[in-house]
Parts: sequence; structure tokens; C-alpha cells
Amino acid sequence: MFRNQYDTDVTTWSPQGRLFQVEYAMEAVKQGSCAVGLTSKTHAVLATLKRAQNELSSYQRKIFKIDDHMGIAISGLTADGRVLCRYMRNECLNHRYVYESSMPIGRLVRQVADKHQVCTQRSWKRPYGVGLLVAGHDARGPHLYNTCPSGNYWEYKAMAIGARSQASKTYLEKHFEAFPTATPEEMILHGLRALAASLSEGELTKANCAVALVGEGSSFVVLEEDDVEPYIQMLKEEEGGGGGAEPMAEAAAEGGAAAAEGGAAAAADDGGDGAAPMES
Amino acid sequence: MATLTAGVPKHAAGAAGIKQHASWSPYDDNGGTTLAVAGADYCIVAASMRMSTGYSIMTRRSSKILQLTDKCVIASAGFQADMKALHKMLQSRNVTYQHSHAKPMSCPATAQLLSNTLYHRRFFPLFTFNICAGLDDEGKGAVYTYDAIGSYERTGYSCQGSGKDLMQPVLDNQLKAASPLLIPARGDTVEIFVITKEGVRREELELKKD
Repeated sequence: MFRNQYDTDVTTWSPQGRLFQVEYAMEAVKQGSCAVGLTSKTHAVLATLKRAQNELSSYQRKIFKIDDHMGIAISGLTADGRVLCRYMRNECLNHRYVYESSMPIGRLVRQVADKHQVCTQRSWKRPYGVGLLVAGHDARGPHLYNTCPSGNYWEYKAMAIGARSQASKTYLEKHFEAFPTATPEEMILHGLRALAASLSEGELTKANCAVALVGEGSSFVVLEEDDVEPYIQMLKEEEGGGGGAEPMAEAAAEGGAAAAEGGAAAAADDGGDGAAPMES
Repeated sequence: MATLTAGVPKHAAGAAGIKQHASWSPYDDNGGTTLAVAGADYCIVAASMRMSTGYSIMTRRSSKILQLTDKCVIASAGFQADMKALHKMLQSRNVTYQHSHAKPMSCPATAQLLSNTLYHRRFFPLFTFNICAGLDDEGKGAVYTYDAIGSYERTGYSCQGSGKDLMQPVLDNQLKAASPLLIPARGDTVEIFVITKEGVRREELELKKD
């Protein structure tokens, strides 16, 4: 679509009433790898697919703990995500210092959204190129919010953002009615299944995914590597034995070289030999 | 409302070369005693729970101990308002450290942080007499003892607070001779933190309430 005339500046409207720079920023979120969030009556769960630049590099961290009762998963420009993470941590810390209690999640999300909005109305700034899934638990129960570079935010029962997230959303739409009464363990499995739906090739391994859990009686905790392995095993057993082919990384959408992610991970997995699931 | 100091109006007292004393002090002593003993692979920290002012008891159940991590606690005797401010400050710094370093602060690191924090207020000190105690990086018991402005050293045992002068000789006698210690104290209740590699356990010991 020819829209180059009105997209140079974030402070330039198009004749159709659109801010293209903001929409381009939202594209950046869609390019990031998938992140999924879901809530039950007692807990909120995040699940993310981690990407590695190449064979030699580590997998990019996507989940960050903000405070004991809150954490985020990011999709898009990681550096922008880290800045927002630092802001949120600081706000929570100050709130705790002054009020000796945890910061209400909705209020912090609104502050972050307002921060996003500022960058859509200053000619010398650019919008944040990152979408957040904020999972938390407060006196009213668990919450999941999605923020957007435009400055909008919504609360969700379940949501997915990032590359091929539509497939994850489809899974969530099919199953969300079962979420309210699900146990934390079941929620994590739902999250991983939704995440798996967004895979274009390869399969979930302990190296390329991470989940996080927060809720009644559980401080925000991130499960990755060996901690997430039992859940991946459980999924494999459900499917009746491991995924057949040699696992390979999903190719980076920006056209980077496809990395051979799975080699070491596959060897460590031992192809679904039925390790006993850990009690959650 | 003219007040006179030594027969001279207050505002002129300075010029007349007469020294005045403040009519108000920013500090108070809320009493209480703290104690810590380091073992080979454990550490015990105890503190009375009474908070008093002058001869009055304000509360029988007020904690002087801040548990920062599984391996480190801070016990502060003296002025509780300053203690509260200090503890809040240290807790914030602790959380920040964990965010940046993805691991809890070690006991020696906390000890240094406490010293720096106290010295920061060199010219309006926090009226607290602190002990930082826990397990060091090798898992051995560690006790660090401080003055009000942050001078500190690592020792095997320490006591601070109003009962210090009574307790110190007992500690010196018992611990230099390496025998188990009975804590003599007065002050409603004593809370005892036992820090081992398994974590921190808290107990309470009832004392005379008078």
C-alpha cells in the first residue's frame, strides 16, 4: 500500500486519520517471537518462545520479574522491553517503600501505557517497539494485561502476541472456558500447547521456551531450562511419544540464517523416555 | 513570649556568650538488646521484642530483626524510627541487587552495604547499633558488628543495645571458652533467628514482662 507520504514522522497524521509510525511500531511487536498469557481464578501464567540469533548465541530472555506479585513477557524490541522493565521495577520498589504494600497491577499498566502514549505525540521521540503481557496477582485475583506501542492496553482472560500468535489465540479461544478452574500445572500445559501452536517448525525444548507463574500463594517465578523440562515431557507423553524429526530452530523472521537450535537440546532430552513429572 | 536564658533574653544569649542547649532532640532510645553468635556452619541471632521510651513500654512485640535473604539478617538496637528507615532502605537495595544480579546478596556484600549506608549519614547519624549476621560465601557463620556511623568488623559473636554491658562479659566468658550459650535478657520476648544452610528458622522465647 502506498502510504510513504505520511509515515516519516510520528506526529504526522494521514488523511485517513492514521499514525503510520505507531502502526509500524506495532509491526515490530508482530515480528517478535510468540508470547502467551492466560489466567485462571487463582493464577496467571506466561509462556514464551525464546529465539537465538545463531548457533553460538544464547536464547533471548523474554520474561522478567517485576516484583513478587507481577512479571512481564515481551515481544518486539528487547532493548525497549528492558527499559520498560526497569521502569516498572522502579515504580514497584518505590510504591513498596512508601506504602509497604504491592503496587496494584492495573495502575502500573496504565502508567506504562501513558508512557507509550507520550512517544506517539512528540516529534523528537519514537514509539516503543515492544508489546508487553503483564501477569500479576493482587487482592482482586490474577490479572493479565496487554500493552501496545500505541498506548492502548486491555485486560485479558488469555492472549498471545508476536509471530504466528493467531494460531496460539485460536487454541486459547477453543479452551479458555476451562481455564478458571484449571490447576496451575494445567495452566502451564495449556500455555505450552498454545505456544506450540505458533511454531512453524521444530518443537518445544527446554532451551527455547520459558514459562512463568504467579498467583495465590505463589510469588512470581520463572521456569526455564531444567525447570520447564518436566512440563515439556508431559506434553510429549500426551501426544504419545516425542515429535519425530530432528528439531530445528524457527527461522528468524527478519531473514537471518536459520540456526540449528536443537542439536544439544535433543541430546539432553533423550527423546521422551518418560521422566517422572515434577509436582508443581 | 519572652524567654530568658540566664537572665538574658533568649535571642541575645548567643551574643552574650552564653551556650544554649537544644530544647528538642531528633533522637530517642527505644531500648532493647541484640545478640549474634557465629557457628561453624550456622549463625544465631537474637533480639528482645520490647520497644520502650524512658520508663514506659510502647509495645511488647516489635521486631528489631530484618531478614534480607536466606543467608543474612540485620539486627538493630537503638532508635526504632531510624531502624525502620534503615531497614526499608536496605530492603529496597536488596531487591534492586537481586534484579540486577539475578541472585541474592551475600552476607559480606550486605555487611559492606550497611556500612556504606550508615556512613552516608555521617553528619546526621542513624541512631542504630547494628549487627549483620548470617552465612558467608563458604557457608560458615558470620557476624559483623557496627557503630552508629558504619565502622564495622567481622567477629565470632557480638551484642548491642541497652543490655550490651551486661551481656558482653558473659559472651566473652562463654564463647572464648567455646561452650553453648544461655541468653540472659529482660524484655517481654526474645525472637531468635537460626540461620543454617537449610534456611532461616524463627523461634520465640518468653521472658519476664516487667
